Amino acid sequence: MSVGIVSYGAYVPKYRIKVDDIARVWGDDAEILKAGLMVNEKAVPDVDEDAATIAVEAARAAVNRSDIDAQRIGAVYTGSESHPYAVKPTSTIVAEATGATPVLTAADFEFACKAGTAAVQACMGLVSSGMIDLGLAIGADVAQGAPGDALEYTAAAGGVAYVIGNKESELVAIIEDTYSFTTDTPDFWRREGMPYPEHGGRFTGEPGYFKHVTNAAKGLMNKLETKPEDYDYAVFHQPNGKFPSRAAKMLGFSKEQIKPGLVVPRLGNTYSGSCMMGIAATLDQAKPGDRIFATAFGSGAGGDAFSITVTDKIDEIRDNAPKVEELLADPIYVDYATYARHKGKIKIA
Amino acid sequence: MIIMSVPRFWRKQIARYNLVGTHCKKCDEYFYPPRNMCPACRREGEIEDYKFSGNGEVVTFTVIHTAAEGFENQTPYVLGIIKLDEGPSLTSQIICEPETVKIGMKVKPVFRKLGQAGERGMIYYGTKFVPE
Repeated sequence: MSVGIVSYGAYVPKYRIKVDDIARVWGDDAEILKAGLMVNEKAVPDVDEDAATIAVEAARAAVNRSDIDAQRIGAVYTGSESHPYAVKPTSTIVAEATGATPVLTAADFEFACKAGTAAVQACMGLVSSGMIDLGLAIGADVAQGAPGDALEYTAAAGGVAYVIGNKESELVAIIEDTYSFTTDTPDFWRREGMPYPEHGGRFTGEPGYFKHVTNAAKGLMNKLETKPEDYDYAVFHQPNGKFPSRAAKMLGFSKEQIKPGLVVPRLGNTYSGSCMMGIAATLDQAKPGDRIFATAFGSGAGGDAFSITVTDKIDEIRDNAPKVEELLADPIYVDYATYARHKGKIKIA
Repeated sequence: MIIMSVPRFWRKQIARYNLVGTHCKKCDEYFYPPRNMCPACRREGEIEDYKFSGNGEVVTFTVIHTAAEGFENQTPYVLGIIKLDEGPSLTSQIICEPETVKIGMKVKPVFRKLGQAGERGMIYYGTKFVPE
């Protein structure tokens, strides 16, 4: 029995702020930052958008793309580090707004930037066991970065939804296998009631990102006995452009393999949506038979690796919902003051 | 701050989230917000739930510069009357730059935050419209 992607949908708010505008406010050198981060601009939510509204838009795009009867969805899991409520699920809002309620299980996932892929894995288990027909796994964030913090240059807004199923005739991509590598590594966190996350600076790199991404990726390739050359495309979690480029090089993947999925220079880091957005952008242009290797990373820390093969069905559904490239096109640029207002950084009485 | 009781919002939640209204099978009239009884057919009417596509056009609009409490951070914003393709009209925020909105402009629905009951209360979600 195969497990895989029945449909997918992405959403990116239409506003962007350039790294230059943020750097101007804090007196940083924009050129050095852009070269170092390989990020030029990031997506900014509208004043009335949050992780729940973004999750709903992505989920609706996924349901519409394959014209899925939402009543078949037996599980809704939303991964985010910016759930609008501390207590009360985002996933019930998504389930109701996609027409999937009431016969389903739902819960919110949280694992920094890999909560969305953890939701995909949970759905894979549920559909494989036959407990549910279809599962809806979402990664959506309005990522937070404290004013003046390094994170502010990349923390972006966006979301991606995947409908996971096990009927081979319905799959647009087969997930051959998944492999995770997890340790307790405190490289990034946000305490209860605090508005912005804290991070370990350079500590987030070597013992955080690179250790978990490379171990998860190598673990999966060893398990499947595959090599980087066996894949047409690769996607690695993209907190900036530099990390996934370096991880790809360390593992033996080429620049060409990661190019279609490397959306971070124009999008920023959408946290739980980050790796999943890269996979969506790759599916947007992959051909039947293409193989995609993907590894998500979540601080805290863990890596989730996936080996995916695209099926003939991709051509039938691809054009039925906005592609990532279309969502990135024609943005409205805002200055820092407008960005601060959109993000609620300016308090009115 | 919007003060609406939790049950009052929840009762109309599906209508706000998914634009679910009603349709009279007898006279083919559509209603949003939903009506339980057809005002034309009265007790002969046959009411069923109906999910609107949400596609419609702007009948009229105004640009709000002096907002009510809870909406100060959104000014200037566009409030308009949208006529849905099936017939009924409703009042909604139209998400676009105020200088771009036009009467007759085609719009489609989006899922957005409608408001929230202060810092501690519930968050109200529902449908707004964007240019098609």
